Amino acid sequence: MRERTGKVQGSRWTQGNAIRGTGKSFTVCYDRRMPADTASTALLAMESGTEGMTLALKGDWRLDNAGVIASALAETDRIASGTARVAVDFSGLSAIDLPGAWLLRQRLDALQGQGVAVAMADPVPEPFAFIDEIIRDTPPEVASEGAPLPLVARTVALIGRESVEQLHDARDALGYFGRIVHTGGQSLGSLKRLRLPAIVRQVYETGIQAVPIVSLIAFLISVIVAYLGADQLRQFGADIYTVDLVAVAVLRELGVLLTAIIVAGRSGSAFAAEIGVMKLNDEVDALKSIGVNPFEVLVLPRLIGLVIAMPLLTIVADMMGLAGGAILTSLLLDIPFSQFLQRMQEILAPTTFWAGLVKAPVFAMLIAMVGTYRGMQVRDSSRELGRLTTVAVVQSIFLVILADAIFAVVFVEIDF
Amino acid sequence: MAAEPLISVRNLVNRFGRQVVHDGLDLDVMPGEVLGIVGGSGSGKSVLVHTMLGLRRPTSGEVLFEGKEISQMGENELRAVKRRYGVTFQHGALFSSLTVAANVQMPLREYLDLPNEVLDQIAMLRIRMVGLSPDAAGKLPSQLSGGMIKRAALARALALDPTLLFLDEPTAGLDPISAAAFDELVNYLRKSLKLTVVMVTHDLDTIFATCDRVAVLVDRKIVVDTLPGIVQNPHPWIREYFHGPRARAARVTARQED
Repeated sequence: MRERTGKVQGSRWTQGNAIRGTGKSFTVCYDRRMPADTASTALLAMESGTEGMTLALKGDWRLDNAGVIASALAETDRIASGTARVAVDFSGLSAIDLPGAWLLRQRLDALQGQGVAVAMADPVPEPFAFIDEIIRDTPPEVASEGAPLPLVARTVALIGRESVEQLHDARDALGYFGRIVHTGGQSLGSLKRLRLPAIVRQVYETGIQAVPIVSLIAFLISVIVAYLGADQLRQFGADIYTVDLVAVAVLRELGVLLTAIIVAGRSGSAFAAEIGVMKLNDEVDALKSIGVNPFEVLVLPRLIGLVIAMPLLTIVADMMGLAGGAILTSLLLDIPFSQFLQRMQEILAPTTFWAGLVKAPVFAMLIAMVGTYRGMQVRDSSRELGRLTTVAVVQSIFLVILADAIFAVVFVEIDF
Repeated sequence: MAAEPLISVRNLVNRFGRQVVHDGLDLDVMPGEVLGIVGGSGSGKSVLVHTMLGLRRPTSGEVLFEGKEISQMGENELRAVKRRYGVTFQHGALFSSLTVAANVQMPLREYLDLPNEVLDQIAMLRIRMVGLSPDAAGKLPSQLSGGMIKRAALARALALDPTLLFLDEPTAGLDPISAAAFDELVNYLRKSLKLTVVMVTHDLDTIFATCDRVAVLVDRKIVVDTLPGIVQNPHPWIREYFHGPRARAARVTARQED
């Protein structure tokens, strides 16, 4: 086996004719553009004779002129039809390298395919010997998929393929959810398999590190809501209802929804990217080979960590939102802080705060599951990683808002 | 060889924090030669190559390309130099979202203004001259085997007809047959295209099959000698390297082939 391979390779790689390379004369321009002063007629002259056509090559047939070489060769299209013989004359050539010879050779082969007899005049430049070897030694092509389908069939095939892929995707997502529940059930049984240090790290990274940005955004949004509300309500002398507006909006919806969207952008993308890179580096396979369940060490700690962190972040967002409303009303509407508090206690039902907070762990689960699921799907290339990270963020925000809508309807129905 | 060196490294010092990797290296790469760079793990082989390529600014010392300091070059001049380099990285470093053909075309598109058919034809030439089958052109790097990735990386490095080829561990991870074929390919390309090759490698078979001179990085310095010379070097690490149990087999094979 070894001998045979060695011989085949040897015949190709050891026949060492010196080919005119780029090594010695490199005076061609290094600019992005090729030299503009070379016209296609300067490289190729075509003469019709009694015996057929003569192609006389002239000038510099090197890589930097490849564009001109190609257009010069394209000229032969028009003239060579109906010609029986083509002779190639290299005597006017100043330089030719592999790409130049390759382009010429391809063209001549095409002519031969049309039934034109091609003869190259001696001496044939050295690159052609190398090209002969390349063509002779090229491994056979693996059979391709056949001719492309007509447009209608392609469209139908595309729709079909997409549908099947969507179906598979839905099935995989369900299976993923099942595996998380299964692994979660196992892990809750023992403290070691729960990976407490990893969970604590996730709480720190997804929760504590997000406090500043969540606070700031909750504060600003509630200032905006209070400002717009105050502006409208003042026209009716109903200033004090600004407090109702801010308190109910922040506690029921804004606090938790803003937190979820920020967390989806921060942590959902991080989950997908971290796990995706581990997939690309075969780290997930390495975990499996050691006998560690990747769900147990990669997915569950992130999920549990986020389920712990999100409600806490929501409470922070609620507090900052109320603080923003209180500051704005005291500055703009002359409602002092004590009155703001009093009014809030009067109007808020005991369930209002909880109506916002119970949504937090649900949103956390959605974000963590979508992020880790998309991360696990990364395969093969860095572009996949970027695509799936984007998908993770967009989908988790979408699911969060969808879930929020369902919560709103259900809460109204049960009068929560 | 009385010719001017293509690349000269003068009094090179590389330091990471308190750790000194290179302490006053001198190295000349002569046109037309194959220079092997060897050294233990962490001896700074990759750092040296990165410095020579201008990817890394040395702590002190200079790198000259045909007598000119590369850190003093302007952007256009540096582009002109980089055009003459072909580089393959240890893990191929093919752009994972592009097909093999698109990978090979990347440098061509960057430096030349060519129509797509010509790009396709030249890419096909490069792909076939490194011994890949034509249907590899449309494949993504993730669909290739390790040996095919090395060849595709070489095809990309050769795209612009470089004068100087840097190969980082070209045969690492290849089976002995593919590695031997790669050695022959390098020898052949070097002879036919008059390439200068700088090769970082641990593969003793490759060193004996291809290298004219060998540079050994040892004790933060460099020892350069011809292949027969370096084998006789008395330095204990170099002795161990070329006379260890693994080296003996490689030398026996090399001698039989001669």
